[in-house]
Amino acid sequence: MKTNRYLLSILVDDEPGVLSRIAGLFSSRAFNIDSLSVANTTEPEISRITMVTKCEPHIIEQIKKQLNKLINVITVNDLTDKKYVQRQLALIKVNAQPEKRAEILRIVDIFRCKIVDVGLFHYTIEMSGNSDKHDAIISLLTPMGIIEIASTGTIALARENGR
Amino acid sequence: MKLTGAQILIKMIREEGIDTIFGYPGGAVIDIYDTLAKQNDLKHILVRHEQGAVHAADAYARANKSVGVALVTSGPGATNTVTGIASAYCDSIPVVIFTGQVPTALIGNDAFQEVDIVGITRPCTKHNYLVKDINKLASVIKEAFHLASSGRPGPVLVDLPKNVMQTEIDFKNPGKVSLKSYKPNYKPNKKQLNRVVELIQKAKRPVIFAGGGVILSQASKQLTSLAKIANIPVTASLMGLGAFPGSNPLWLGMLGMHGTYRANMSIGNCDLMIAAGVRFDDRVTGNIEKFAPHAKIIQIDIDPTSIHKNIKVQCPIVGDCKTALKGILQLMENKIFNENATWLDQIKAWKDTTPLRYDQGKKIIKPQFVIEKLYDLTKGNAIITTEVGQNQMWAAQYYHFNKPNHFITSGGLGAMGFGLPAAIGAKAACPDKLVVDIAGDGSIQMNIQELMTAIESKIDVKIVILNNQYLGMVRQWQELFYDKVYSSTDMANAPDFVKLAEAYGAKGFRCDRPDEVESTLSKGLNSKGTIVMEFMVDREESVYPMVPAGEAITEMLLV
Repeated sequence: MKTNRYLLSILVDDEPGVLSRIAGLFSSRAFNIDSLSVANTTEPEISRITMVTKCEPHIIEQIKKQLNKLINVITVNDLTDKKYVQRQLALIKVNAQPEKRAEILRIVDIFRCKIVDVGLFHYTIEMSGNSDKHDAIISLLTPMGIIEIASTGTIALARENGR
Repeated sequence: MKLTGAQILIKMIREEGIDTIFGYPGGAVIDIYDTLAKQNDLKHILVRHEQGAVHAADAYARANKSVGVALVTSGPGATNTVTGIASAYCDSIPVVIFTGQVPTALIGNDAFQEVDIVGITRPCTKHNYLVKDINKLASVIKEAFHLASSGRPGPVLVDLPKNVMQTEIDFKNPGKVSLKSYKPNYKPNKKQLNRVVELIQKAKRPVIFAGGGVILSQASKQLTSLAKIANIPVTASLMGLGAFPGSNPLWLGMLGMHGTYRANMSIGNCDLMIAAGVRFDDRVTGNIEKFAPHAKIIQIDIDPTSIHKNIKVQCPIVGDCKTALKGILQLMENKIFNENATWLDQIKAWKDTTPLRYDQGKKIIKPQFVIEKLYDLTKGNAIITTEVGQNQMWAAQYYHFNKPNHFITSGGLGAMGFGLPAAIGAKAACPDKLVVDIAGDGSIQMNIQELMTAIESKIDVKIVILNNQYLGMVRQWQELFYDKVYSSTDMANAPDFVKLAEAYGAKGFRCDRPDEVESTLSKGLNSKGTIVMEFMVDREESVYPMVPAGEAITEMLLV
């Protein structure tokens, strides 16, 4: 069956062990996590987890129900078919030999990225955008020689009235 | 009022209306045991292994329709409870387990008898807690009982560091529990209930399939009315036995791998299935593609995750079984329902041609015969607990359960060693009832030490050992599917169970002749005290019908 990409925004109690409950649920039921990002919200006792998972349509129903069943999960909002903004942040350390620098700078410019660290032989580029942009810049930088990448998972918020 | 953590614990357990708990002391819970010794409100039954404490609490909950409580120490005490917790989790039984923990300052230091029991039990509890702050103790205990017993019930573990139990605070009753993220939905959707009635009216070959959820929500009465009013035959999962009277003509017997021919055939041929409080376990469905292939399925369950998990259903109803069935019955008033005569005749024909059967000769005792005699002698009124394996299946097939909460077995997990501690727990809950553990010679040895608990606490249980000197269910699979290579299933090297019973201070009787089965049972059941009755049964008797794993449930191996 066809697998789709789903984006879930989950509000949870900010308590020790909550992430472990969610990760444990996914591993014990053989669900798949593509990316996961956790941070505080404006309410001190609540955290938001943004999760991307790829699965078949009937599995996402189980995933949402199983998440809701966890006592520490307050709400599960499936953003997939709603209007939302999403971002992913990446730091990309790329090999920057003098003859390649102009080309790298052009790519950085086109993608509206920033160079946040410069060395004798490297640039570190800060990229923020959706996952397509992330994949595109990486494919363009790969020929230059990517040394290291650090990347967050996707974070997302529903647009106004999109809740 | 100034109270220590240990005093708060006992007070909060008592406030839940619980009079008996099961446990085993140790360093981390010594303060709780000290407090227990200085009060009379809460009775503590000392088990001989912590697994036994949780099984006993599980059965106490089921027999008493309340919550069971186990209390154990940290480290090994806590890890020994895991099998019991997993069993209660699979069967959705409300149990609260209190484990001792090393003092908060030592947590994470690999201290003596420290384990991360909250981490270990996360996947097999409904929820669990580590209480680091004495001020949260009372509210956490209250929440634990609330979670264990509401919605789809299940075990909840509370880990209690030693210093929290020692600390004294001004006690304030936490009042009502309110959890922003936990609001189980009891009330079913009215539209869906209307659809149920329509579907029943249209159906020509309806079947009700009852599960443990009917017993947990105490909906047997409503289920029975529904069946009688609309002339619908009823089958049940292992966990659902007793939800519908076994003596009623509409009763089909158990469904599944060792279900009756007529129950399995009914599911294979029905055009409507009303599934109440079931989760479509693989032991019930067999090959899922071929399960109820002609049926529209109505599924009532309080847990939304049970719906569409294993089986696609056409009419899902999320809600409490009892509330849903009551609603359906109301909508059925003044309506006319089919007689279903052709369908019921077909079922009767299946029963007549292919009943449950065994041949009791003159020489060797058949295990099924022992159960049938036990049913006759107890008039079906005993609470039956079982171990796991052939003994469990024969008990399910041949003891006709007429009432709910009278069959207590480790269904989902299938934990050997369940029956004896469960019998103790059930008897502690219902001292006026006869409680019988139907056991095999293999599984009785897994928690045989609990005989001492029964003797010491004067909790009289009767134990029927069907001794075939094999781990019979595995042997049966080896016979049928592994060329009779009886690898590690021969249990002929066994203790003398009669002498063993006597060593613990119980009485033991052995029987090896068919004509003495009834007199042995009668003597054992009518004797005071805890009694072990050992029946030397046919070594190679197998449980039939049997659906080989992965086959359609209508593809049965018969005797």
